[in-house]
Amino acid sequence: MPDLLIELFSEEIPARMQAKAREDLKKLVTDGLVEAGLTYASAGVFSTPRRLTLSIDGLSPESRPVREERKGPRADAPPAALEGFLRSTGLTLDQLERREDKKGGVTLFAILEKPGRKAPEIIAEVLESTIRTFPWPKSMRWGSGSLRWVRPLHSILCILVDEAGVQIIPLSVDGIRSTNTTEGHRFLSPNRFPVTSFDDYAIKLKRAHVVLDSAEREAAIWQGAQNLAFAAGWHVVEDKALLTEVAGLVEWPVPLMGRIGEEFLHLPPEVLQTSMREHQKFFSVKNPRTGRIEGFITVANTETADHGATILKGNQKVLSARLSDARFFWEKDLRVAREGMTEWLDGLKAVTFHNKLGSQHARIERIATLAQQIAHLVDADPALAKQAAEVAKADLRSAMVGEFPELQGLMGKYYAKAAGLPEAVANAARDHYSPLGPTDTVPSDPVSVAVALADKIDTLTGFWAIDEKPTGSKDPFALRRAALGVIRLVLNNKLRIDLRAIRISADAAFPESIMSGEQVAEGSKPGDDSLLSFFHDRLKVFLKDQGIRHDLIDACLAMPGNDDLTLLVKRADALAAFLKTEDGPNLLQGFKRANTILSQAEQKDGVEYSYGADIKFAETPEERDLFLKLDMAEATIAPAVANEDFNAAMWAMSALRAPIDAFFNAVQINTDNAIVRRNRLNLLHRIRAICGGVADLTKIEG
Amino acid sequence: MTATALLPPRSFQEIILRLQSYWAAQGCAILQPYDMEVGAGTFHPATTLRSLGTKPWAAAYVQPSRRPTDGRYGENPNRLQHYYQYQVIIKPSPPNLQELYLGSLKAIGLDPTLHDIRFVEDDWESPTLGAWGLGWEIWCDGMEVSQFTYFQQVGGHDCRPVSGELTYGLERLAMYVLGIDHVMTMPFNDPQSPIALTYGDIFLQTEEEYSRHNFDGADTAQLLRHFEDAEAECQRLLDFPPDDPKSGKRIIMAHPAYDQTIKASHLFNLLDARGVISVTERQAYIGRVRALAKKCADAFRLTEAGKDAVETSTGVTP
Repeated sequence: MPDLLIELFSEEIPARMQAKAREDLKKLVTDGLVEAGLTYASAGVFSTPRRLTLSIDGLSPESRPVREERKGPRADAPPAALEGFLRSTGLTLDQLERREDKKGGVTLFAILEKPGRKAPEIIAEVLESTIRTFPWPKSMRWGSGSLRWVRPLHSILCILVDEAGVQIIPLSVDGIRSTNTTEGHRFLSPNRFPVTSFDDYAIKLKRAHVVLDSAEREAAIWQGAQNLAFAAGWHVVEDKALLTEVAGLVEWPVPLMGRIGEEFLHLPPEVLQTSMREHQKFFSVKNPRTGRIEGFITVANTETADHGATILKGNQKVLSARLSDARFFWEKDLRVAREGMTEWLDGLKAVTFHNKLGSQHARIERIATLAQQIAHLVDADPALAKQAAEVAKADLRSAMVGEFPELQGLMGKYYAKAAGLPEAVANAARDHYSPLGPTDTVPSDPVSVAVALADKIDTLTGFWAIDEKPTGSKDPFALRRAALGVIRLVLNNKLRIDLRAIRISADAAFPESIMSGEQVAEGSKPGDDSLLSFFHDRLKVFLKDQGIRHDLIDACLAMPGNDDLTLLVKRADALAAFLKTEDGPNLLQGFKRANTILSQAEQKDGVEYSYGADIKFAETPEERDLFLKLDMAEATIAPAVANEDFNAAMWAMSALRAPIDAFFNAVQINTDNAIVRRNRLNLLHRIRAICGGVADLTKIEG
Repeated sequence: MTATALLPPRSFQEIILRLQSYWAAQGCAILQPYDMEVGAGTFHPATTLRSLGTKPWAAAYVQPSRRPTDGRYGENPNRLQHYYQYQVIIKPSPPNLQELYLGSLKAIGLDPTLHDIRFVEDDWESPTLGAWGLGWEIWCDGMEVSQFTYFQQVGGHDCRPVSGELTYGLERLAMYVLGIDHVMTMPFNDPQSPIALTYGDIFLQTEEEYSRHNFDGADTAQLLRHFEDAEAECQRLLDFPPDDPKSGKRIIMAHPAYDQTIKASHLFNLLDARGVISVTERQAYIGRVRALAKKCADAFRLTEAGKDAVETSTGVTP
């Protein structure tokens, strides 16, 4: 079976686009080949800054011939129908087959024979179409051509290798003709050379100072960096995203280590790290004896006669200039912080948060009021919560955050400390943006929790009030993230919060003009539950990721107190655990049977059978046993539900499975005896009521 | 390459001269700076207007550039409100433009076998010119030394063919090549000259004067008026009927109108430095300048230099 090797060689591909480009290339080409009737054993895909490479092993040399039979209209069909069929099949009338059908008429059939095609022909077609339709996030034209690629495409290597030898698959895209050659490293081995197979290609590339596999480059960088650090008794701070990015910037990685100037070591480690990573793509190196970041690793793309001395010196110089800026910002900010940050707080009055929702300053005042109000719900000191909310966003005006927006919050902590504010206030400045996603850390310090909740609830109620709700894929104000943040804050800290009540407090903080003016959207009037539904939707998504089905959540949402998320999840957890036991699904079936029979009877008779069944009308031992077991279960379930011990309640319910099954096996509900029938229906009602103590089981699917 | 290119350059002007002769040797027309205040070399009509239409073009020039908000009274080691850019523009972009560029680094003493030269993604966009392109910033040992862009659109027009644009920040590049830490101490001419001059000898005082002017001196009311005037004048010039009764020729005043766009853009920068433009107004001003740039581009496309060559059936351009 032949092997296929494709390389698309271009000017430098942005590092962040390489991973997806690899997957796209593999998918587009292999899908195209398979669709055209070829098969293959395996495919590997690689990228460097200048090339995308696909290697396919065990490709079939040609596609199988395909015979397709297509049924057409009847022979006596109107001419238009016949013409349409001929057009779609590309055949003439006399090429169609006539077959008698069961009704005695004649139906026309087209027999389409597609002969097998040679692999090279298919490959050329598939590759050309792949190149022309490649889904780069941004692409461009160059020179006088009309082809689009991420950056100018220079050459296409496309060879098919089998026992007979190497064959160039001929193809030409916008004047670029396929060859069997490629180039090595831009500076170290700039010559073009031919290759005869994937192995030959990979080996020759390495000789030409190109490590083809990004995983191998990552490993080499990480290993080299660690070796350098160990030799100095230091260690490299892990940064997977940076490692991937740097591996996408080099073909021949050469890590070099340098020292950060003494005059910068007092800067917060996050500042050093961010400045080095964002501007220079340096790894940070920590000195375990001092606990500080004292060094950096830069990864060059070349080897030099002076072993990188010039390169390192240059990088060091650039770093010093950058860190001088950072130090300047830090010192300037500290002066403002020590004076109580008033300059920044005043400055926030001039910063618009949203033109309908007012300035950042107005927003902070609302958050502070809300944080103070909800403090008791999270065991926080109300005064501290208010104070924390007032300063938590001051750092947005600092020079450092102006330069490195990703340090917001963190700088707030440093500056709050410098201002002499309590530890809890400083921590809240750092943590109040959290959690920012489904996995990052959730604050647990009560003051931080109060401010974090207030921040997110203010955002949600505000944008709800001006009708800027997320729609489809559009969520420009990250409201889904804010709602998820509230959910995770509540659940992780096991908070018992009535979201409806908080919403009302939060709404109250907005000026009349927003809350009662004409711009108030239909869905945000008091009493409206669309925001609560939004929370419930996000909760479903969140719990689904944790393996809890959406119908179980619906079953719990139907219960009272559904704006208390902790209660809701307690119910859902117990329900999910219960349904995993053997008794669970069976009880559910019994319940559903009881419910169906009861509902039908209620509908038919136009009454509600909730009168209370009486054991004296019971006719069979199974029936009497069910009465007994229901009494016992009820005695356990009611207090368990009252104590929110839903597991115990469900466990007690599971004891009902056997008696319910036995009951249904032994008796017929709809007997001729009206009294017995009514009594049995009333008994079914008891089953429904008792089994509905934790969740509305009718909502559960299956 | 001449033998002198192998020796490291000794002054700011030597780096400029080497770039000039390098790009002259590559066939570029060496133009002189445009005689107006601009924020970057891209504003020179040799780039903005000439990147439109199908006529081949190759030019290189130094362009003094002004960024009023960057004034630091000459105190910052590498921030200036007036600095020099070196600009190369070639249409259509040649397939070996990267190699040509690397050759220019070699010419000024940055040997790629000793340094680490990288092409790092950086997409370019000029909201005031209605222009964008894709390319890189070029790093030498971790320092950004140039911008490399394939123009995709200018003045709202698709660039067909595409121009390749190279922009060197001359002071920063020269400081790196010469090993200078503060721009004001950089030798401007040969330090062995009888009258050796540093960058500071020439520009320290002007940086102080213009910093004060940009931040405090400029009369904002007047600047606002001038902005309005330039905007109106640009439109007025474009509204002239193309046929000139005096010469009997068809003359569209695309360049004079574009001069007014340049003026408006610089006036906006000055107003911005004076801090009288709010965040929301800022976008509106940029939009007004862009509207002018687009109109000038539209007009230029109707002129001899900017129109598309009509291909005959034989494919030969008449």
